[in-house]
Amino acid sequence: MESFLSRYRNLSVLLLLIVAQLLLLAYQVKAREDVRLIRVWAVTAVTPLARGIEWIRSGTGGFFSGYILLRDVQVENQRLRQEAGQLRLRNQFLSAELATADRAKALLEFRSSSPSKTLPARVIGTGTGANARVVYVDRGSTDGVMKGMAAITPEGIVGKVVAAYPTASLVQLITEQGSVAGVISQKSRVRGILKGQGSANCVVEYIQNEDKLEAGEWFFTSGADRIFPRGLPVGQVKMVGEGRGGKEVIVAPSALQAGLEEMLIVLDGVHGLIPDPQTPASADVSILPPPPDGSSTQPASSAGEPSGAGLTDADRLREKYKRIGESQGIEFGASPGRVADFNRTPPPEASPAKPEAAKPIAAKPGAAKPNAAKPVPPVKQ
Amino acid sequence: MSDFSENLIPGLTSKTKISRFRPASYVLIPLSAILFQVYVPRFVEYLSYLELPLMVTVYFAIMRRQPVAGAIIGAAIGLLQDSLSGHPLGMFGIVMTLAGYFAASISQRFDVENSALRFILSFFFFLFHQVFFWVLARGLLGQNLDLLIPQKIIFAFLNSVVAVPLFLILDKLKIEDR
Repeated sequence: MESFLSRYRNLSVLLLLIVAQLLLLAYQVKAREDVRLIRVWAVTAVTPLARGIEWIRSGTGGFFSGYILLRDVQVENQRLRQEAGQLRLRNQFLSAELATADRAKALLEFRSSSPSKTLPARVIGTGTGANARVVYVDRGSTDGVMKGMAAITPEGIVGKVVAAYPTASLVQLITEQGSVAGVISQKSRVRGILKGQGSANCVVEYIQNEDKLEAGEWFFTSGADRIFPRGLPVGQVKMVGEGRGGKEVIVAPSALQAGLEEMLIVLDGVHGLIPDPQTPASADVSILPPPPDGSSTQPASSAGEPSGAGLTDADRLREKYKRIGESQGIEFGASPGRVADFNRTPPPEASPAKPEAAKPIAAKPGAAKPNAAKPVPPVKQ
Repeated sequence: MSDFSENLIPGLTSKTKISRFRPASYVLIPLSAILFQVYVPRFVEYLSYLELPLMVTVYFAIMRRQPVAGAIIGAAIGLLQDSLSGHPLGMFGIVMTLAGYFAASISQRFDVENSALRFILSFFFFLFHQVFFWVLARGLLGQNLDLLIPQKIIFAFLNSVVAVPLFLILDKLKIEDR
């Protein structure tokens, strides 16, 4: 045995390493548990370095790009061009600063307006491996972050925390293969499951071909996954088509369209409402206010019954026939054998004593306003 | 081997020479490669195609010329890479172990100081890494990853282009035999 091992020393070591790692893999897959200790060591070793690099980068922001730009300007021309380059550089720097401030402000505003309890976090690194769609953020379990928490931005959902270490957390982006989220479309309220594909876009599955969905429509979280609170924007439908097992829907996640620098970790999620779709706003197009409710033009029903907004067409028809019957002395259900003449015009119902004054509605495109009451004209016979 | 035979067969010494590095190099270089992979693609997204940890594994393996050392270096770098990824531990570990082992085995038969050979080895091992990782992810984890062969070939070429100057830089860190 000993001579065998010494003879095939290389192969033995290779087999030992492979088998050990296969066992490690099998344990993780079978037990659905992570070998946390090794990951904690690795992340704790790398995080301070990543933080340090990030600190240096943000501290000396714009220096290198500025230097390169300045050199290009010198080569190109003399003092004037140099000045222009410097101004451009300054402008660029200020724009970047402004964008950063805007982003931070937007995040802060969103955080204060969101009913969910959130924690701001900054991206400090990406996962290893080509096409990795996981990022490290600078908030960990010591800040209260736990595995399974949602990561969001004002633009939409980002992903979920898949591992929380003391100093950092690993966030799996929604575009990563295997990421899922329950979603609902804004207009037609079609429900589906958003799945990451390992590319820039996601697909929404389990939507029937009969369901109505069009490109450009927004998807929001439905809250069904119990990770993302309901009512958060997810993305817009980029492409939709009919497939064999259901609709093939491709969604561009709104939060990942621009670079991801900061995000909010949802510590305690509160479900919200799905906002109603807005009419496209345009200053050049005049849009009338929504039409008044049909019931306001109709005579009010008898006392004790709901009138106006609550009435359906069937209710109104019933009221009409009831009035015709009453005018001919027939009570439905109480006068067997006698049938009213429904060709006659029904008598008018007593009009309201004081019709409400009409209030003008400002035509505001894009805003859904409640219907204002209009005066009811007396019905002429 | 006598001086006579060394002079008689040019390149024979370079085919058997084992390069040595300072212990710190074995820690700092892989760590830098992994930090690069973790940090740089945040700002330059297209650099995410660079598999620096793999290149470092191949470099150490071919310069050490010992399959056992190559496999151990590969396993260590792979496991570190795994621990910073979202995959279960062992995925990159197994791939890198094999890459290190095979790279060291091949290096025993060739002159690994040759840039053309380094280019070919980098190209081959990048493809091996990608294909084997795909096989493992599919076979062991049941993941349905995409394997775009033309894209992988382009990435392998780009990685090899980067590997050649990188290996020349890393050559400077060798301890010269006296």
